[in-house]
Amino acid sequence: MSDLALDISLTVNGERVSERVEARKSLVDFLREDLGLTGSHVGCEHGVCGACTMRVNGEIVRGCLMLAVQCDGATVETIEGLSDSGEVADLQAAFEQRNALQCGYCTPGMIAAAQDLLKRAKETKSVPSRDEIREHLSGNYCRCTGYHAIVDAVGFVAQARAGGKK
Amino acid sequence: MKPAPFAYKKVRSLAEAVALLGEHKDARLLAGGQSLIATLNMRLSAPSLLIDINGIGGLDGIAHKGGAVEIGALVRHAKAERSDAVAKHAPLLARALPHIGHAAIRNRGTLGGSIAFADPAAELPACLLALDGEVDATGPKGKRTIKAADFFKGLFETALGPQDVLTAIRIPAAGKDTRVGFAELARRHGDYAIVGLAASARADGKGLADVRLAFFGVGATAMRAKKAEAALASGNVDAAVAALDLEPQDDVQATGAVKKHLAGVLLRRVAMQLLEARS
Repeated sequence: MSDLALDISLTVNGERVSERVEARKSLVDFLREDLGLTGSHVGCEHGVCGACTMRVNGEIVRGCLMLAVQCDGATVETIEGLSDSGEVADLQAAFEQRNALQCGYCTPGMIAAAQDLLKRAKETKSVPSRDEIREHLSGNYCRCTGYHAIVDAVGFVAQARAGGKK
Repeated sequence: MKPAPFAYKKVRSLAEAVALLGEHKDARLLAGGQSLIATLNMRLSAPSLLIDINGIGGLDGIAHKGGAVEIGALVRHAKAERSDAVAKHAPLLARALPHIGHAAIRNRGTLGGSIAFADPAAELPACLLALDGEVDATGPKGKRTIKAADFFKGLFETALGPQDVLTAIRIPAAGKDTRVGFAELARRHGDYAIVGLAASARADGKGLADVRLAFFGVGATAMRAKKAEAALASGNVDAAVAALDLEPQDDVQATGAVKKHLAGVLLRRVAMQLLEARS
């Protein structure tokens, strides 16, 4: 059938992209293999580990559970885009300072998920508690840190963005 | 793993989806894709065609009308979770939704998809059963409505025919006497439940009437524990736990005996919620 591969146009990290992709190709594989954006990682490929967490149309999604062809017309932001724009610079610095990563495999997804929580908190003018941080990051596996340092880093940035440490 | 090759077609109308389902017997509908794409990735399923229904208009509304809450099949979990109408008129769903997957999953997953997939350990089928809700489906012969009690037939099996598209779910709007309860046990928040319980009842003086207990993760479908319902309606929580008419099988998460015990634990927790006055 002719629809095994389709032409798509989308915006990735602010740049317009037009490509022909196989229907079966996941969004994260498309970004990594066709566009060379290898910041989003591929872990479990069934939505459990969170390593491929990225933003599509402003909301975080699993890059392994969306097809590239579904993103025709969409706006996709990966860790490369979040990083280059400076949007997550304070989170990245806090992760480094607090040893919130070791191997770094989960970090792009972790930062994307954390930024989603902090962005929402800003909209509601609230500061997420440690429990809320843990719950929001529950969909992101880390096998190195034991999570405490990650929660510390996100909590620190949450306080800092809300106007200083408590 | 990567999926086997398939064709992809984004449809713009229900008629188009129904017709394509007729032409391609092994086609699958793609809504949120949060279960489907995982099974494709693991090659547990290899359809020749995915019919993307996300472009069909009019299936993503939430409406409170005629004493019911109607939720379009393409409403995403995250949207329902933030809906004032759901919070106010569908409190059981409001309690259950945060347990579904994780934030990134809830941004994509749809209520219709979850009901149509009928995972025995999923939250929403149990909620639909506990609330005596119903499902709208459109097929070659037009639209029909199916009661929750008649909808879930077996493991991942529903009353939907091969050319049916689920279009909406409908549940009775909560009244001032409505009591609901929800609890589940999972290894990690957002994972599929080891055991879960969705419940509704009507406050009747100091007691409860019309108790409906829908357990999930305990069998091939979400299932009611009718003897326990009767015992709870008579006000005796201990008797309700003793009367639990469930026979869960062993699975990868727990033995049947453990699940049965945990079902009793959840029943006690949910009974407390049912007996609380609504704020």
